[in-house]
Amino acid sequence: MSEAVAVHGGVEPAETPLTPESWGKLGMWLFLAGDAMSFGGLIVAYGALRYHSKSWPVPAEVLGINLTAVMTFLLIVSSVTMVLGLAALQDGDKPRFKKFMSLTILGGAIFLGLQAYEWTHLIHDTLPHYKLAFSTDLFATTFFVLTGFHGMHVSGGVIYNICVLAAVSRGRYQAKHVEIAGLYWHFVDLVWILIFTFVYLL
Amino acid sequence: MASTAHAHPNYIKIFIILSVLTAVEVGVTFLGLPRTLLVALLVGLAVWKAALVALHFMHLKIEKKTLTIVAVIPFILCVFLSLMLLPDIYPR
Repeated sequence: MSEAVAVHGGVEPAETPLTPESWGKLGMWLFLAGDAMSFGGLIVAYGALRYHSKSWPVPAEVLGINLTAVMTFLLIVSSVTMVLGLAALQDGDKPRFKKFMSLTILGGAIFLGLQAYEWTHLIHDTLPHYKLAFSTDLFATTFFVLTGFHGMHVSGGVIYNICVLAAVSRGRYQAKHVEIAGLYWHFVDLVWILIFTFVYLL
Repeated sequence: MASTAHAHPNYIKIFIILSVLTAVEVGVTFLGLPRTLLVALLVGLAVWKAALVALHFMHLKIEKKTLTIVAVIPFILCVFLSLMLLPDIYPR
């Protein structure tokens, strides 16, 4: 800071540049920005295809929203346990962090289990009943592409969180690493909030 | 590192707001509202919830502005992408 002032003749920068502690977060944010564009492209494509289709089933009738509302709530809960775990680790309370991080991982795993159950049910019972198939109906195609892409993100997040929990336990990771993993996890939660609205509720 | 953050945001409060908003979302679908109103309402609620997660759980509210700029750019681009598709969609 003082060097910069000396070199540039006292011109104050508009904002303090990112300090090295923020570089990891910046990296994750840049990745998430790109990832957001992937989801954005899929959601916008979904909207355009749906608007163009002559007939589109009522999602709430075909898919049902009770189970999905529970899944939405579950992801929100796992986001909360993630931030509470981060807060605990920032306060130096490692056992409390481990408890909350384990709950976060459990929440993600249960979400995946429910999604597997939902998909199985849809593929075997519901979609054949409505004569909707993955390869022939945009309704089914867009549904599986969007929720599948998101489900893969949840799977990756669960694995990521397990690795972070193990690394913190061994003393190799600190709170800043957990915060970066948290950014990814909350992003997955954020995207699900949008998918829940666009794919299930509307 | 451990001593840098002692005042944590009120995460439980955000959690309660998010839960209530989710319940409201599911609730309004049963009200039989006109389609346009329902869409506007649900999209508004979803954006509200997404903003709460980004601001409080992802700490954008207390983060350096640079990270907020990175976060907002894809959102703007997605809106732009939707607008670009409008001429294709509009005549149906």
